[in-house]
Amino acid sequence: MARSISTRRKIIVTLAAWGVAFVIFFPILYMLITSLKTEAEAIAGISLIPSFTFENYVEVQTQRDYFKPFLNSVIISVGSTLVALLIAVPAAWSMAFSPTRRTKDILMWMLSTKMMPAVGVLVPLFLIFRDTGLLDTRVGLTLVLTLVNLPIVVWMLYTYFREIPGEILEAARMDGASLAGEIIYVLTPMAVPGIASTMLLNIILAWNEAFWTLRLTTSSAAPLTAFIASFSSPQGLFWAKLSAASTLAIAPILIMGWFSQRQLVRGLTFGAVK
Amino acid sequence: MGNITLNNVRKTFGSTEVIPGIDLEIADGEFVVFVGPSGCGKSTLLRLIAGLEDLTSGMISIDGREVTDEPPAKRGLAMVFQSYALYPHMSVYNNIAFPLKMAKLDKASIDKTVRAAAETLNLTPYLDRRPGQLSGGQRQRVAIGRAIVRQPGAFLFDEPLSNLDAALRGTMRLEISELHQHLKTTMIYVTHDQVEAMTMADKIVVLNAGNIEQVGSPLELYRSPRNLFVAGFIGSPRMNLISGGEAERLDAATIGVRPEHLNLSTESGKWKGTVGVAEHLGSDTFLHVHADGLGQLTVRADGEFPVHHGDTVWLTPEPERVHRFNAGGEAIR
Repeated sequence: MARSISTRRKIIVTLAAWGVAFVIFFPILYMLITSLKTEAEAIAGISLIPSFTFENYVEVQTQRDYFKPFLNSVIISVGSTLVALLIAVPAAWSMAFSPTRRTKDILMWMLSTKMMPAVGVLVPLFLIFRDTGLLDTRVGLTLVLTLVNLPIVVWMLYTYFREIPGEILEAARMDGASLAGEIIYVLTPMAVPGIASTMLLNIILAWNEAFWTLRLTTSSAAPLTAFIASFSSPQGLFWAKLSAASTLAIAPILIMGWFSQRQLVRGLTFGAVK
Repeated sequence: MGNITLNNVRKTFGSTEVIPGIDLEIADGEFVVFVGPSGCGKSTLLRLIAGLEDLTSGMISIDGREVTDEPPAKRGLAMVFQSYALYPHMSVYNNIAFPLKMAKLDKASIDKTVRAAAETLNLTPYLDRRPGQLSGGQRQRVAIGRAIVRQPGAFLFDEPLSNLDAALRGTMRLEISELHQHLKTTMIYVTHDQVEAMTMADKIVVLNAGNIEQVGSPLELYRSPRNLFVAGFIGSPRMNLISGGEAERLDAATIGVRPEHLNLSTESGKWKGTVGVAEHLGSDTFLHVHADGLGQLTVRADGEFPVHHGDTVWLTPEPERVHRFNAGGEAIR
C-alpha cells in the first residue's frame, strides 16, 4: 500500500512540477511562436499554431543589422563582468578573511545601493556621461554595468570565500606565498566554482539589463536590448517582428545558460553541500 | 638555528586581554610544549610567534634578529595546523612542493627534496593523490612534509593530533618525537592534552588565562608544581586536593597527593574509605574512594587489586610526596 501511495504522490508532484515549469516557460514559448507568425496572425489574437514563416527573421536582419548590437552586448556584458571581478575578488577576499568591525556595515551599504530606484540617479548620470563624452560608448556602458552589478558580485564572492577555511590561506602565508601568490595559487583555484557561477550570473544580468542600456545609448553602442526596443516605435507595433528580434536577442544567453547550467547550479549551491 | 625569545609579549583583541605580558626563552633544538585548558591563549601565543597575529606590544626575536613586524614568510618558521590546512586542489606532491615553489627553487631540486620528504614520511605511493583521498594520519604526514621541506628554523604545531583517533594519535606522537630527534630542530607544540605534553616535551610551558604558570621539564612540573593550577593540570589521573583539618595539620590551606602516591591496603592505614567505582585495567587499578572526612579521592594501584564497589580500603600518603599549598594556591616549599 505504502508503495502505491508514494507512486501516486510521485505522479502528482511530477505533474505539478511540469505545470509550474510550463507556466514559467510559456511567455518564451509564445514569443517563439509569435515570431513564426505573419504580422496579421500576430495581431489577430491568441493562437498557438503559427504559419511557420521565417520572413520576420529575414526582415529583422535586413531592416536593422543584428550583428552589431550582438557584438555590443557581448563586449559590454563580458567586459563589465571581468572588470567587476577584478575589483570584487580582492574586496571580497579582504572582507571574508580580515573582517573589521565595519565589514558588515560596508556589505549592507553596498547592497543598499541596489534598493535605490535607478531613475533616481538617471539625470545626474546622464549629464555626467554627456559632458565626459561617454554617452553612447561601449566604455561608458561597461562602466555603468560594472558599477550596477558590483554589489551583487562582491556579495556572491564574499559568500563563497567565507566557505574556504582561513587556515589554508594562513598555511600559504607560512609557506612563503605573497599576497598575490596566496590569491592566485590558493584562493582562486579553490573558489573556481564560485567565481564561475558569479561570472555566469553577472553576464546574464548585464546581458538583460535594459534600463541603462536604453537610456545611455542611441546607436553606436546600442546592445541587443536596444535592438529589441527599436522595433516598438515609431511606425506602430509589429508584434511578430518584435518577437523575432527578442528571440534573436535572448538566444545567445539562453544557449550559454543551457550549457553552463551544471556550473551555475554547482556555484549556487557551493558550500551548502560539502 | 632556532632560538626564540619573547619579550613582554602582549596581545589584546578589542578590549579583551588575551595575553597580558609574556617573557619566554626557547633554546635552539628544544621541544617546547605549550599546554593549558582551552581558551588559555596557547594558540594565540603560537600564532604571534608565527606572525599570523600582530603583537599589541612587546618583542619577538628569532636567533637574535627581531621579527616582531616581519610577515610569516620572512620568519623562517613552518607550521602544522590542527585542520592540516592542505591545499585541496593540489596533489600531495604539489602540496609538499608548494613552499619550495614559492621560494622559487628550480624544478630538479624541488623534485629531489619532495621525493626525499615523501620517502621519510612513507608518502611515496600517495604523491599523485589529492588530500581528500587520504586518511587523517596520511594528511597529517603531508602537512608535516610540507613543513620539513622548507628546513625551517623552528616547527610550530597547533594541536596537530586532536583530529585523530586515539590509536593513531599514539603513533603520530611517536613519529613527531622521532622526527625531532632526527632533525634536531626547535619545535613548539601546542596541546590541551597533558599526556602529549608529558611524553613529548623537553620543556613544558603551562599557560592559564594568558599567563605562564610554570616552565620546566615534564618531571619538574610533576614533582614540584608551583601552584594549585599546575598541580591539577599535570598528571593523570589528577592530583587529589584536600583542604580542611587534614591540610591545617600540615600548616597548609590545601594539600595535594597524586593517586599513585597513596598506598593502598585492605587492612590498615591513615585514611579510611569506601570504594565507589573500581576501574580494573589489568596493568593498573584505579579506585574512586569516598574517604571519611576528606571527600572523593582517586587512588592508583600497580597491577591488579581485587576490591569492588562498597569494599572498605585504607589509604596512606607517602609523606615526602605530599604537596602543600597556601591560601593563595602557591606551593609551600
